[in-house]
Amino acid sequence: MTVHASTIDFVISNRRRRASRYAATLAIMLALVMAIFAITLSIGQSITPPADVLRVLMGETVPGASFTVGQLRLPRAVMSVLAGFCFGLGGVAFQIMLRNPLASPDIIGITSGAGAAAVFAIVILSMSGPMVSIIAIVAGLGVALAVYGLSFRNGVAGTRLILVGIGVSAMLQSIIAYILQSAPAWSLQEAMRWLTGSVNGAQLDQALPLLTALVVFGGLLVSRSRDLEALRLGDDMAAALGTKVAQTRMLVMIAAVGLIASATAVTGPIAFVSFLAGPIAGRIVRNDGSLLLPSALTGALLVLVADYVGQHFLPGRYPVGVVTGALGAPYLIYLIIRVNRIGGSL
Amino acid sequence: MTDHLLVAKELSAGYDKAEILHGLDLTVPPGKITVIVGANACGKSTFLRTLSRLISPSEGHVLLDGKSIHRMPSRLLAQTLGLLPQSPIAPEGITVADLVSRGRHPHQGLFSRWTRQDDEAVDNALTATKTFDLAERPVDELSGGQRQRVWIAMALAQQTDILLLDEPTTFLDINHQIEVLDLLTDLNHTRGTTVVMVLHDLNLAARYADHLVALADGRVHVSGKPEEVLTEETVRHVFGLESRVIVDPTSGRPIMLPIGRHRMAATADKMTRDTSQKEKSA
Repeated sequence: MTVHASTIDFVISNRRRRASRYAATLAIMLALVMAIFAITLSIGQSITPPADVLRVLMGETVPGASFTVGQLRLPRAVMSVLAGFCFGLGGVAFQIMLRNPLASPDIIGITSGAGAAAVFAIVILSMSGPMVSIIAIVAGLGVALAVYGLSFRNGVAGTRLILVGIGVSAMLQSIIAYILQSAPAWSLQEAMRWLTGSVNGAQLDQALPLLTALVVFGGLLVSRSRDLEALRLGDDMAAALGTKVAQTRMLVMIAAVGLIASATAVTGPIAFVSFLAGPIAGRIVRNDGSLLLPSALTGALLVLVADYVGQHFLPGRYPVGVVTGALGAPYLIYLIIRVNRIGGSL
Repeated sequence: MTDHLLVAKELSAGYDKAEILHGLDLTVPPGKITVIVGANACGKSTFLRTLSRLISPSEGHVLLDGKSIHRMPSRLLAQTLGLLPQSPIAPEGITVADLVSRGRHPHQGLFSRWTRQDDEAVDNALTATKTFDLAERPVDELSGGQRQRVWIAMALAQQTDILLLDEPTTFLDINHQIEVLDLLTDLNHTRGTTVVMVLHDLNLAARYADHLVALADGRVHVSGKPEEVLTEETVRHVFGLESRVIVDPTSGRPIMLPIGRHRMAATADKMTRDTSQKEKSA
């Protein structure tokens, strides 16, 4: 029995090592998000001393800093983090559920569906606020169901769903372009938001609805994280382990579409964030734990950093989506080449 | 030990409109190894999938201790009835210990913590399948035989009294096929786990089964002890193949030798000539 005692000790230490590595990674990522958040608040065109930033955050009026930090930088940073969380979570949920990195909402048309609906509501129907988000969510769900339905033939094959999604996505993109074209006196700024996504013109009063969506839909997703992990072993295996596969899929889809659409309604479809966050997080945490929270944090990091780079490190000022788009495209090409090499299964 | 009773009653099931099982009856003997054989498309996989509630029957029931499994809470069912599907997916880069520990899924709620019992189950599973030394290796680097042992370890960590396996030896070299079947027999002997599996190879089926079930056209054609089931008549009916069944000198179990149209040994040729001459004279 001494042998037995030592083997179980090994099993326990092995599990603990994985758990503590996961916790440490999450802590580091969270610290990074907070650090970059702080940097974007204090260092921009001008440098605001951290003490002044804190005073502004506490609600004091600081001459010279109140406007830059409170009106310009803070809304931008807050919206970047919230949208990053939403895109990261929603994206990885789809990728895990369909077991395919290409199955992210911005590739299979859900983001453009929500975007098209939002542009239509804002430009043509002159609506604003939470109504736009609700319309975007409904449209996102509609597109998700349509793509699912169109690719259904004796069950849904991942590859078919992705190809159908890419087609639907292209169609919806052209609808967005058409609405923007026919809009009267539309600023380039706004157009860019709907074409590639941007946090320009972010306002703090947009934060609360997005935070609500994040808590509701994100909470729903996280409560299903174990079942999502089981789905990674295949639908049959997940069912054999006691997961209700159809019910989990449905809930995960609603939650993920809710997250993606709510964020898209505010910032536009920030290119490739939901596509990139999951795979990057997967590289970092490997299989030590659920990918949901790491992907949310990665999404926030991506948006924060990309927006900061677009603002301060490039000649001219670019909306965040231009930068994330430039990051995402090479990865998309890499994935497609890899799929071609492996053959068939994505 | 297990005393759970799994029964299929007048089971009809299939996909979309095509019905594949037509009123199938089977009682799985508890604590024994049951092997299901049959030709392609006879419904053996469909049957196993219905037994493990991956497919809902169009008619009839699958009963576990008298209760329909399609009405039981799925997490509870997964604590008694385990399944190793034909092609489970190992997440990229996952280690053996990690994958095996996922077998504990049905024993854990949303907020429940990992317990000593969970660790013990994983430890036992790794030890029983001799995968302990592989614990920290990534699953995608293992050989086919090793990988299959790891999947069985995962199913063991689930600690179910009944374990269903869909063609657990497909794509394995013959030595690994024997290794896997020996392992399953060990588990049956030491833990009393009821094993139900679909196998392709008739001779391996007859060798490892306590209870052999031959399916044809979505029904049980014949079931019972391998000596009673694996006969020249069964092979003819189920596979449409002429064969000779002899006794395996190693195991004492029946083995089937197919008769084709070519490559008969001289004695066999002579025998056929003799019979045809007899027929002529008669």
